[in-house]
Amino acid sequence: MEWETVIGLEVHAQLQTKSKIFSSASTAYGAEPNTQACNVDLALPGVLPVMNVEAARMAVKFGLAIGAKVNKRSVFARKNYFYPDLPKGYQISQFELPIVGLGELTVNVDGQEKVIGITRAHLEEDAGKSLHEDFQGMTGVDLNRAGTPLLEIVSEPDMRSSKEAVAYLKKLHKLVRYLEICDGNMQEGSFRCDANVSVRPKGQKEFGTRAELKNINSFRFVEKAIEIEIERQIDVIESGGKVVQETRLYDSVNDTTRSMRSKEEANDYRYFPDPDLPPLVLDDETIEAVRKTLPELPDIKRERFIKEYGLTAYDAGVLTSSRELADYYESVCSFLKDGAKLAANWVSGELSAYLNKETKDITESPINAEQLASLLARIQDQTISGKIAKDVFEAVWAGEGSVDDIIDKKGLKQITDTGAIEKIIDEVLANNNTQVEQYKNGQEKVFGFFVGQVMKASKGKANPGQVNELLKKKLALV
Amino acid sequence: MSYHQKTITKISADLQAGKVSSVELTQSFLDRIEKFKELNAFITVDPDFALDQAKAADANIKKGKSSALTGCPVAHKDIFCTDGLLTTCGSKILSNFVAPYDATVIKKFKTAGSVTLGKTNMDEFAMGSSNETSYYGVVKNPWDQDKVPGGSSGGSAAAVAARLAPAATGTDTGGSIRQPAALTGITGIKPSYGRVSRYGMIAFASSLDQGGIMTQTADDAALLLREMAGFDERDSTSVDQAVPDYVATLNDNLKGLKIGLPEEYFGEGLDNEVASVVEAALAEYKKLGAETVPISLPNSNLAVPCYYVLAPAEASSNLSRFDGVRYGLRAKEYTNLDDMYEKTRAEGFGAEVKRRIMIGAYALSAGYYDAYYLKAQQLRRMIADDFTEAFKKCDVIMGPVTPTTAFKIGDKTDDPVAMYLNDIYTIPVNLAGLPGMSIPAGFDKVGMPVGLHVIGQYFNEAKLLNVAHQYQQVTDWHQQIPPGFE
Repeated sequence: MEWETVIGLEVHAQLQTKSKIFSSASTAYGAEPNTQACNVDLALPGVLPVMNVEAARMAVKFGLAIGAKVNKRSVFARKNYFYPDLPKGYQISQFELPIVGLGELTVNVDGQEKVIGITRAHLEEDAGKSLHEDFQGMTGVDLNRAGTPLLEIVSEPDMRSSKEAVAYLKKLHKLVRYLEICDGNMQEGSFRCDANVSVRPKGQKEFGTRAELKNINSFRFVEKAIEIEIERQIDVIESGGKVVQETRLYDSVNDTTRSMRSKEEANDYRYFPDPDLPPLVLDDETIEAVRKTLPELPDIKRERFIKEYGLTAYDAGVLTSSRELADYYESVCSFLKDGAKLAANWVSGELSAYLNKETKDITESPINAEQLASLLARIQDQTISGKIAKDVFEAVWAGEGSVDDIIDKKGLKQITDTGAIEKIIDEVLANNNTQVEQYKNGQEKVFGFFVGQVMKASKGKANPGQVNELLKKKLALV
Repeated sequence: MSYHQKTITKISADLQAGKVSSVELTQSFLDRIEKFKELNAFITVDPDFALDQAKAADANIKKGKSSALTGCPVAHKDIFCTDGLLTTCGSKILSNFVAPYDATVIKKFKTAGSVTLGKTNMDEFAMGSSNETSYYGVVKNPWDQDKVPGGSSGGSAAAVAARLAPAATGTDTGGSIRQPAALTGITGIKPSYGRVSRYGMIAFASSLDQGGIMTQTADDAALLLREMAGFDERDSTSVDQAVPDYVATLNDNLKGLKIGLPEEYFGEGLDNEVASVVEAALAEYKKLGAETVPISLPNSNLAVPCYYVLAPAEASSNLSRFDGVRYGLRAKEYTNLDDMYEKTRAEGFGAEVKRRIMIGAYALSAGYYDAYYLKAQQLRRMIADDFTEAFKKCDVIMGPVTPTTAFKIGDKTDDPVAMYLNDIYTIPVNLAGLPGMSIPAGFDKVGMPVGLHVIGQYFNEAKLLNVAHQYQQVTDWHQQIPPGFE
């Protein structure tokens, strides 16, 4: 039988507010355990939550960016369950009335565009962390994370493959970073994902029974976990069994998923509106003020790059993969005349390769946009060749000096003097009689050999175009 | 006249005039608390803590850096978190809990220079109408020590009635200030919901809880409420509205005041003796120039069932934080996490608290939510609308606070519903969020006090205090002291 996969994702994005969603404690990552948990975060008797308006603004920003309905009135509710890292015994979340309603995101998979629906996005508080190691059979609790604002983004079950799921997740990841509402750090847990996965015979309308996959906190794991889960579910059904509704944990070490709890074991969270918090009411003015802070969104930026810089869709996509990279690229272009394509090649080529090698972010690049532009300008004015430029790039990266200093110091200036190049060609032809004979006998491929020899003799500095041109002339004469 | 017989207003004047020091005053009240400790009105008394505050107050008075409350001793219900003092909320589960911070109410009293005499006894987590659910034992009514003082602010009520403290804070979720005030013959006001900050006041039912003050007189209540009330950015449900000078309007004339009398408050279940005391009080008001108008609160019979869905629902969630993980009691022996939770909460909570957690969790559970919680919310709206309608015809509403005077200790402990019905007249006021007050209005044949219930419009505490004060100018019920405590 042919099977179809149905996937919906729930993403928890930590909002990068300075303080927590209901208290004034800091949200900074990595502090000593329990040093960033105030009376409110500790749920001492008598304390009360106070809404951090900044978190609401960030949620609105997201809602506007996905073209969603922003609810002017949303309600906080309590989700009741007991766990040591949940100090109040309930999580403040939004249930019936979330701040962001129906929206959508367009993803591109194998050249095909697809619209993925976003059911809702709601505000809630993060829990603390339970630490099961280093406590001799006991559990430690760190409440620094408790109360960090989260935006839970729930998609429609619109994805039909793990590839689509990853494309959606990447798109969302890019968006929240563009919007500067989430740092997107998956390792630190700032951007987390749960996947609802089910399979059904192709053509069937009803959904199959789904499993919720947890603990899939990298793009690679999302793809692998979904693939494995699809296989597992198909196996279960094809061997005569039934998929049960349950929560499954992805184990990245053994590359399996295992059952965490079944539907029967699921909590009754006894949601009800939190009486400590009045409904969150937003006026038009606030929403419009947030709209004004919206940056150029990734898709629009990509279209503009194609039009304005004459880039291919692919290059434009790469260069707009993050707001910082796009800004860098545009900055390089601003220093150049007609160098958009050259800049695109260098930013997505050499520069990205170096950054990847040293796992550096574009914002940490040792070569700034102006320096790279000055290097590209030397290619444009034929002071150096593209090949030599790579050596200069390496030297600038290593901090050996400015582009012009390095070209000067190392004598890398391109030889464009016709006489000088002819002299080198003459020497090469004189020293390689055998090849000259071959060429004369019609073996034109040795032409490349001569070019190589001339470039080598010039230490790479001869202008390759001129070398070609002059070689042809000379060989025609011999 | 000894100081324990004086009101805060008089004590304040004498302190300012240098006629008495705060240390002397504080010591005299500490002595009385010790002398009458069989009332069991206090859970915690820390003489050194109180005297240190008194010394500081005396120094400030000498330096001329004082306000009306500087040096005045006040007792606080053990539901308000006090930095450095035990805060138990009447429960075993918090029997070792010392808060690392002050509730906003406590902070305001501290800033004003008032002295904390001690922490008063109360029903466990304010769940009770007789002070019998306290882990620290029942409080006795100073008028008859075989009888209950009411609850949940029973310790505060007994302390003020027996003149162990000139005033005490209380909280009122379904009548917990007004009912004990009525049963012990003192003045008590529950302000509008949102008037006094709930920050640091241990939550029972968040949408109903409201802090207030219990005093001998209405003018004391005005003076103290002025200090307690006001917007607090730490409490999102507190209302950002200026606090009027309640003292300034105490002497407004009552001519033409329209008193609404809800027919539902004078029907079946109301004790005859209570009814006649209330009627006598109304006659007094007519002499002061007020007139009465009949009104109706048609849904008030639904208030008790509505309340006993909503309050336990909120409580079931509010009390989840008492889990033995971070503070308070933790069971000594347990095998795993769930066992620790179960044993801690089984040992830490009393029967009434457990009953309400169970009711609340049930009302909120999947499949029952619509029938209970949601339905109760709709009723609550209807009950509030009744008052809005009624206030189109009158300025204040009057009636009894309780159907009977104080009952015997142990009389109703086996019958929760009979106990709950004690709050039949007070609960609708909390559901609507209105201000309400109990004023001493007389006694029944066996000498137990009766309270007159005055209900005002939203944020019009000034009118209630004015109405109460004018009555107290022409009556002396509020000056009566229980025999043996003079």
